[in-house]
Amino acid sequence: MNSRAKLRVLVAKPGLDDHDRGAKVIARAFRDAGMEVIYTGLRQTPEQIVKTAVQEDADAIALSILSGAHMTLFPRIFELMRKEGISDVLVIGGGIIPDEDVSELKKMGLSEVFGPGTPTSVVVDYVVQHARRR
Amino acid sequence: MEALVIKVDQLVDGVLKDDRKAIARLISLIENDSPEGLGAVRLLYPHTGRAYVIGVTGPAGCGKSTLIYRLASELRKKDKTVGVVAIDPTSPFSGGALLGDRIRMQNLSTDEGVYIRSMATRGTLGGLAKATADAVRVLDASGKDVVFVETSGAGQSEVDVIKVAHTILVVMAPGLGDDIQASKAGMMEIGDIFIVNKADRDNADKAVEEIEAMIELGIQEGRWRPPVVKTTASSGRGVENVVEKIEEHEQYLTRTSAKENLVHRSEIEIAEALRYRLTDRLMAELRKDSNFARLVKRVAARKMDPYSAADRLVSEYIRKRGRSRRKP
Repeated sequence: MNSRAKLRVLVAKPGLDDHDRGAKVIARAFRDAGMEVIYTGLRQTPEQIVKTAVQEDADAIALSILSGAHMTLFPRIFELMRKEGISDVLVIGGGIIPDEDVSELKKMGLSEVFGPGTPTSVVVDYVVQHARRR
Repeated sequence: MEALVIKVDQLVDGVLKDDRKAIARLISLIENDSPEGLGAVRLLYPHTGRAYVIGVTGPAGCGKSTLIYRLASELRKKDKTVGVVAIDPTSPFSGGALLGDRIRMQNLSTDEGVYIRSMATRGTLGGLAKATADAVRVLDASGKDVVFVETSGAGQSEVDVIKVAHTILVVMAPGLGDDIQASKAGMMEIGDIFIVNKADRDNADKAVEEIEAMIELGIQEGRWRPPVVKTTASSGRGVENVVEKIEEHEQYLTRTSAKENLVHRSEIEIAEALRYRLTDRLMAELRKDSNFARLVKRVAARKMDPYSAADRLVSEYIRKRGRSRRKP
């Protein structure tokens, strides 16, 4: 990888919950690790998230969900990513996602879930290791 | 080598067809200073020159992104397609960046007639101006009618960046702690339209007066007189006036010899390209040269001054070129 190339990560909050502290903490951690973080704020629809990922040429998408709507939101996001041809982009999740749903989501395309209390360094290392490289 | 050529052709084709993935990929290549990126930009150049470029600058927190969102929405009502390049600073400590300008514009992210790209300054001398100019060219070649470039106006390099624009909007907001009188001279000189945003706040009228006083000082007979417009971008108030003023400025540019302006702009483009060639690329090559390393040490030991070092490098360069031309 070109030494000038930076990892571009999209941090998004899909759905209707307004608790963004976790998302902001992880966004800052990514920035402190040298990544370019596109932070899109609250209440993003799956369409907005995927369209943004395309325009920003994101290497990874980090989704923060606390609303419990993950089983509707994630599948829609993966479907849209397929349509746009960006299924090679890494997708990770954070927030409140029950264990029993995690394995199903992973089959759909979610790479990993990081629950509350995970050290940010763990998340950063994971993204550095697994993000799409050009 | 062939794989490279195919890739460049695919990117060029994609951009001309307004393929968003191709546009996105090419802008990334440009940011990473890749040869394929440069190759594609050169091939796209003949397809540029159509888009109207609007620079938006001003201190952090004055409402630039919200204003761009409002202006873009107005343009969409008139069926114009829009590109936005939103620039935020790279942290000098981590090399990373938090790019949050598009938060204010996210309603437009699913509009196929709008393309928004966030860029980090990445801290190379002159590199930002080049990357921005090339990103604007890509959006231009993809068919966008208007392209906005948003910078924070914090440093000289950002002032250089904004020169790619036809019309420059300088945005301020009252009570930001940024004394209007202390505004960088560069901003006052390059602004074509001044906007006092958050005009619902106290001291908005005072801010307008202060800006108009400064404009008064710089007026030249027969030249464009920058208007001052009050807006409240969060509600959309005053935005139509801004659009009007932009159109007036565009007409002014057309009236006062479009050809001259085009030639002048092309001169600026060449100057920028030269600066990129001479500074960034030459330095990259010189760093591999042991003679250069010796020269640097001499300057560090105060045995030579930087200007003499530069003169020596220039004459060596000219000599080398002369020699290589004489080869059969």
